[in-house]
Amino acid sequence: MQEVRDARRHYVWLPGDAWLGGGTYLFSEPQPHIRRLIDLSRTGWEPLRITADDSLEIAATCTIAQLSRFPKPARWAAAPLFEQCCRAFLASWKIWNMATFGGNLCNSLPAGPMISLAAALDGTCLLRDQAGSMRTVRVADFVVGAGRNVLQRGELLRSVTLPARVLAGRTAFRQASLYGLGRSGALVIGALDPVDGSLTITVSASTVRPVRVWFPPSPNAAAVREAVDQAVAPDEWFDDIHGLPAWRRHMTLRYAEEIRRELAAPAGCAPASCAHPDSAPTEEAGR
Amino acid sequence: MSYAIRVNEQDFDAEPRPGQCLRTYLRERGWFGVKKGCDAGDCGACTVQVDGEPVHSCLYPAVRAEGRSVTTVEGLAKDGELHPMQQRFLDAQGFQCGFCTAGFLMTASALDAEQLTDLPRSLKGNLCRCTGYRAIEDSIRGVKHAEEPCAGQAVGRSPGAPAGPLVVTGTARYTFDLEVEGLLNMKLLRSPHPHARILSIDTSAALRVPGVHAVFTHHDAPDKLYSSARHEHPTEDPDDTRVLDDVVRFVGQRVAAVVADSEGAAEEGCRRIVVEYEELPYVVDPELAMLPGAPVIHPKGPESRIFRAENNVCGEVHGELGSVEQGFAEADVVYEETFRTQRVQHASLETHGCVVYFEENEESGEERIVVRSSTQVPFLTRRALCDLYDLPPERVRVVAGRVGGGFGGKQEMLTEDIAVLAALKLHRPVKLEFTRPEQFYGATTRHPFTVTVKVGATRDGILTALKFRVVANTGAYGNHGPAVMFHSVGESMGVYRAPHKKVNAYSVYTNAVPAGAFRGYGLGQVTFAVESAMDELARRLGIDPLVLREKNVIGPGEHMEGPAGEEEDLHIASYGLDQCLQVVRDALADDRSAELAPEGWLVGQGFAMSAIATGPPGGHFADATVKLMEDGTYDIAVGTAEFGNGTTTVHQQITAGALGTTVDRIAVRQSDTDVVGHDTGAFGSAGTVVAGKAVMKAANALAEQILSFTAEYARTQRSLVRLLADAVECDGRTVSLKEVFEAAHSKGVLLAADGHWGGTPRSVAFNSQWFRLAVDPDTGEIRILRSVHGADAGRVMNPLQCRGQVEGGVAQALGATLFEQVLVDGRGEVTTAAFRRYRLPAYADIPRTEVHFSRTSDAIGPLGAKSMSESPFNPVPPAFANALRDATGIRFTEAPFLRDKVWQALADHRARGASDAA
Repeated sequence: MQEVRDARRHYVWLPGDAWLGGGTYLFSEPQPHIRRLIDLSRTGWEPLRITADDSLEIAATCTIAQLSRFPKPARWAAAPLFEQCCRAFLASWKIWNMATFGGNLCNSLPAGPMISLAAALDGTCLLRDQAGSMRTVRVADFVVGAGRNVLQRGELLRSVTLPARVLAGRTAFRQASLYGLGRSGALVIGALDPVDGSLTITVSASTVRPVRVWFPPSPNAAAVREAVDQAVAPDEWFDDIHGLPAWRRHMTLRYAEEIRRELAAPAGCAPASCAHPDSAPTEEAGR
Repeated sequence: MSYAIRVNEQDFDAEPRPGQCLRTYLRERGWFGVKKGCDAGDCGACTVQVDGEPVHSCLYPAVRAEGRSVTTVEGLAKDGELHPMQQRFLDAQGFQCGFCTAGFLMTASALDAEQLTDLPRSLKGNLCRCTGYRAIEDSIRGVKHAEEPCAGQAVGRSPGAPAGPLVVTGTARYTFDLEVEGLLNMKLLRSPHPHARILSIDTSAALRVPGVHAVFTHHDAPDKLYSSARHEHPTEDPDDTRVLDDVVRFVGQRVAAVVADSEGAAEEGCRRIVVEYEELPYVVDPELAMLPGAPVIHPKGPESRIFRAENNVCGEVHGELGSVEQGFAEADVVYEETFRTQRVQHASLETHGCVVYFEENEESGEERIVVRSSTQVPFLTRRALCDLYDLPPERVRVVAGRVGGGFGGKQEMLTEDIAVLAALKLHRPVKLEFTRPEQFYGATTRHPFTVTVKVGATRDGILTALKFRVVANTGAYGNHGPAVMFHSVGESMGVYRAPHKKVNAYSVYTNAVPAGAFRGYGLGQVTFAVESAMDELARRLGIDPLVLREKNVIGPGEHMEGPAGEEEDLHIASYGLDQCLQVVRDALADDRSAELAPEGWLVGQGFAMSAIATGPPGGHFADATVKLMEDGTYDIAVGTAEFGNGTTTVHQQITAGALGTTVDRIAVRQSDTDVVGHDTGAFGSAGTVVAGKAVMKAANALAEQILSFTAEYARTQRSLVRLLADAVECDGRTVSLKEVFEAAHSKGVLLAADGHWGGTPRSVAFNSQWFRLAVDPDTGEIRILRSVHGADAGRVMNPLQCRGQVEGGVAQALGATLFEQVLVDGRGEVTTAAFRRYRLPAYADIPRTEVHFSRTSDAIGPLGAKSMSESPFNPVPPAFANALRDATGIRFTEAPFLRDKVWQALADHRARGASDAA
């Protein structure tokens, strides 16, 4: 490591350069290949902004703590999902003070809960290349594999925009881990379209990339099970020390069904009383 | 750009280096309360507050603290008043080694009211390896436990650890908490191959790195073989290790050492070394390693004391008592199963390492080398260093500061040998501090075992025969290999009466990270197998497993018999096993915890028991000196190390009891080769029963000296003289201890007494553990509904501390039961070298355990005490497996019991049941 540069100035991108967000990944492991850090912390980007059409624009440099604290308007039925996803981090809440939303996306790990959040709410990434030109890509297409994304050399994630329509819809959240309050082995989110009543189920953590499956209103159990199972290729069930692929698939399909039931029930009805008796989140503390 | 940062109300302006994190920036400014546990944001030991917000300083870019105000644990107390949270951690003794305490304090003191209601989540990201978290919860909740016993009344009460005030203020000095002028840093280049011969090493590019002073390779290492394991008798371990070898035998073995001004330069130097290897065939499975034709890992002669080097058998034991064949023929039910235990890391929060420097020997005026090390065995390390480098003992001083956890991992010389090599060659102070990943692939693990148990019994539940086949994987080196194997088949078999017993046990070399000493020393692995087998046998006999134990365990006065031979100095000098079993019976009788199980979950209960000798065989030596000081206080000198085991507290208590005083009037100097003649070390659960006994003898002798001297001095009848807290009462008149000291001093009398204990004979301690569990059959999740532990520690010296030892042992065992595993790939390379891949129990994972002590008093241990530090671990995994069997109908034979594996087993079991039904 030779130097840290301020990202507000433009430099020619060199081999060994890396964008520095919160640093919580970059500083957690030796990075012998990195020579320069281009520090995004002084960019002054507004962390969170509600746009004129009631969408939410989240800067890449927005910290998890800022996202968690941001007052979400009551009209957003999806509001509880933000805190649920923040809490899905393996890391301590203290890390929230440093870790950034963009860093989690760009790390592109299957268990990245900001990927789950942004993919489930049909977010769109705004990317900027070295020449300064911008392009957009949907979050679900941004991450293409475990630790892999579509960023080109020197390209930057500037922000993610979550559309107003999805924010206005109800969501349901389920997370499984091998451990209490542990790293996600499966994280499944359902989002109900407030206009047409269609359901989108987003599978993450159990798969190498986020997988979105769309259903017309009120799908039945068999349809959800079959569609989710078919949407994930057999080799896309993630295989690492945080869960056997078969268990991840099982938990995913179970949660997809719980979510289908929860969102099929009228709004305001507590999931425990309306849905399957086992459907309370299973990641409660063991003590 | 000028840099400014305020730390604990002091201003600093040194510019951080590019890429420097706040943790190292703060430590370089002398704020040693900020600890390195993992440098990856996982453990929380480095937590500080930046503008009042707690952050993990190891991940916090120092440059971003520009203009901010940082508070470390040293800044928590204001105007000499402890912060309320610091006081609470003293009141409830919410620490053992204390290495994690600063992080807990900086986190807990920043929690708001809502966060305090959700401690499992709020304490996520703060790991404690010692306590099992109950003491931490009590601290945060303001429960007061610590006592201040009256003069002479300390034994059996619960005074706090003497280092407590230092621990909670961040001023306790651990291994690396000192500044040494001109200190150089060492980093190690490690092998990428599981087995290879080094053909050449080119260090020229490394030496050109700015700041690099030297590179050491096998050409620089002494041509001597030794073992990294430290025992009183070095012949217990094979001599198979070189400081740097020309053959590497596991991925991660050290190949070369670079010494430089900074760690960064040393790391860069390591990357520039060019090594040419000739790759050799390797073997990672111990069964395959024993087969003819397997690669021979240590082709060495008999002088190495390897049992069968040509078969990779590092050590073995075979024996039969009676005839198991006959025994099994006489049995109505025979059960046989093979059990496996995984690699587990000690995960002490302070990593291995040492700081080597030079000082003048005050006595001789000659220069000597000082090794300040994170070790459980300072005296044995000095012995090994003297042997290795042909140095007389007076030229080497080994000292341990406060050690941040051990668990057996530091009964090993893993850094001192090479750091001393460099310091001697360069004549410069050198530091070698392991990273957290190095702890996983460059230190040691618990031995993975494969244990086949065969047990036979008659219809009425009397054992007829017991047979073990044990294969312990010692990895690439034999450090502790034979000794762990011997111990593993000792008490585990000896605690059961059976007319016919047989053992075949092997300690086997493989091309993987070496295993070493770990809490329980092999016993836990075999206990897992035996206690699982006994539970299964009881089921097949249709007998209550408690009754089966009661019918077959040895009783008071009986000897522990095993086919490996009876250990002559082992006596059951107090017997609390019956009480440990009664604890289980009582728990079952009053238990209502099954009602806590969620609907649809499977519920089960189970228990296990274990026995352990109260010290290692073959002698364990301790010297102690207690003396009266000029100011009328006392001073204990003792060799054993303090790493959270609490022996310092116990030594104070024993001395306070003998001298009729209070613990605050007694200072302890310890774990320094300068302070006493010898001490074998803080292992084998010896801190109370061996070092404590030496201290007791010294304190008793000193009491006698003081009484006799004062009687004469005050012209009082000896029988009318007695010790008070700070004086001697002579027939109604009091003479202060200060006066006694002065009177003695003026007569040339030194009031100081020595004590010595050789660690033999030894007694036996017992434990039992009971669980009720609930299992979600559709997810594999397991909840512990209730946890109860019975411990026979003889007379309990300090109930609060001893409870902490038990809770910590149970928690560490639960980690190994539920999720901990050091995984290696097909080349023996560790793939779990971080806490985010190697899951340690967090606050949320560990339930409260009810701890019940037996009412016994031992005839051998000091004041009736027995050891209680390794053993609480041992019954936990089998008790859990037995409860899981009860809940699910499945006998799990291999820990850890992760949710995915449990779910898979239940799914397979259901499928089999369905197909059987069809």
